[in-house]
This record gives sequence, C-alpha cells and structure tokens, in this order.
Amino acid sequence: MATTPTPRVRVPTQAKPGELIEIKTLISHEMESGQRKDASGKIVPRKIINTFVATFNGKMVFEAEWNPAISANPYQSFFYKASESGELVFTWKDDDGSNYTSKHKLTVA
Amino acid sequence: MNLMKVEPSRRDALALAGLAGLAALLAPRMSFADVAAVDAEIKKLYGDKKFESGKIRLDVPEIAENGLVVPVNVDVESPMTDADYVKAVHVFADGNPLPGIVSYKFTPACGKAAASTRMRLAQTQNIVCIAEMSNGSLYSTKANVKVTIGGCGG
Repeated sequence: MATTPTPRVRVPTQAKPGELIEIKTLISHEMESGQRKDASGKIVPRKIINTFVATFNGKMVFEAEWNPAISANPYQSFFYKASESGELVFTWKDDDGSNYTSKHKLTVA
Repeated sequence: MNLMKVEPSRRDALALAGLAGLAALLAPRMSFADVAAVDAEIKKLYGDKKFESGKIRLDVPEIAENGLVVPVNVDVESPMTDADYVKAVHVFADGNPLPGIVSYKFTPACGKAAASTRMRLAQTQNIVCIAEMSNGSLYSTKANVKVTIGGCGG
C-alpha cells in the first residue's frame, strides 16, 4: 500500500452547547510494525503513525500516542464537549516526518 | 543401595552447554515482552507509586479470533471538570514483542475520558490499563484476551 494516507473522520457539524459528541477517525496507513520479515528474511523497517492530535481553535483536546501494536488503518474514537463554535483540527504524525491533517467546522448553537 | 555422589564431569558440562545452545537455536525468532517488561514501562512513568483499583472500564473481547484487529475500548469514570479530570491513560500488553499499545492524553474539553482503537496481539495475553487523574492518583486494571490467530507477522 503505497498510496497517500487518507483520513476519514466522522464528526457532527452542529451541536448544542454542552453536548457531548463522539468523534470517529480512521486513516489508511500500513502501520509497518518493524517486527515483520520480508521474503528474504530481512526485517521490514518500522513505519507507523506515532501520534494523533485533536485540537479545537488551536487548543489541544485529545492526544493519542500509538505504538507498533496499533492495527493497520488505525481507528481512533474519542469525545469532545461542545462549548463554542470553531474548528476541530486532527493531525496524524508519521514516523517519516509527514503530517496528515483534517479540518472540521463545528457550529454550536 | 549406595547413593553415588554425582559430580558434573567435563563431558556433562559440555553436553549442558550444547543443550543450552540448541535451546537458543530453537527459541522463537521473536522475543516477547512479559509481565516484567510491562512493570518496567509503568515504573518508568510513575516510579513506585501505588495503584488503586476501580474507575477504569477496559472493554476488550474475551476471545479474539483475529489478532490483527482487536478492538480496545477504555472508559474512565471522571467528572472531567477543570479541577478533576483524567490526565492520561496508558494501555500495555504483556505478550507482544513490545509492551506499549497506546497512551492517551485527555483534557477537560473531552467531556468524557473514553477512547477506542484497534490493536494487534501476537498471542493470548493480558492487557493492562492504567489511568492518571489530575490530582495524581493512579488506577489500574487488566483483562485477558485469548487470541486464536496471532497478529504480529507470526
């Protein structure tokens, strides 16, 4: 799988003040654990997404540090308590230094 | 009957050394973490602090048919206010090549200290979950997962 990891996020666009919303995220990524050997017996080097961060209007909300034990195409769900309108930004940080982001507007009324 | 005094001869010593070498050759190609490795990881984070039980609901399947994708759901009881919230949650496995699975950082903005993901398990093992509260108190729980097909390339 050499395609660019594509994030898929399910987050409501509208919420009531104080409402607890569940955010579900999924990103396509092989999550090479660094434990596997290829056909010639060489260890395939580790390449995983090591960190997932969720921010709201620039403020950290939730962070997950992933180890090689996380499955391929990592799924992560968590909660957010809506208080004001703004933007949720999700960032996935890859071992190779690349970052994948996904932005979502949330209207609270 | 006279009991013979058994003294290891040179030949025996060599045979033993040979056996040890054979055992090393036959050992699985992957080394696995164990309970001690998980304890060491926890010690690295929190030293010798005591853990209380309760508050954490660790939701993992009792039997995982496919060790490549095992759902893991953690839910920690907390009001999640600025004064009292769950700061961090760590999940470990004692039978994987590496003990760490995932570490979460929560903030009061989460409203609820719950998160789910999916993990790989190499074999039947215990999942250990610890939670750190904003007041510094620590909680821990564990659950056993039976794995029918391992998921670490093995």
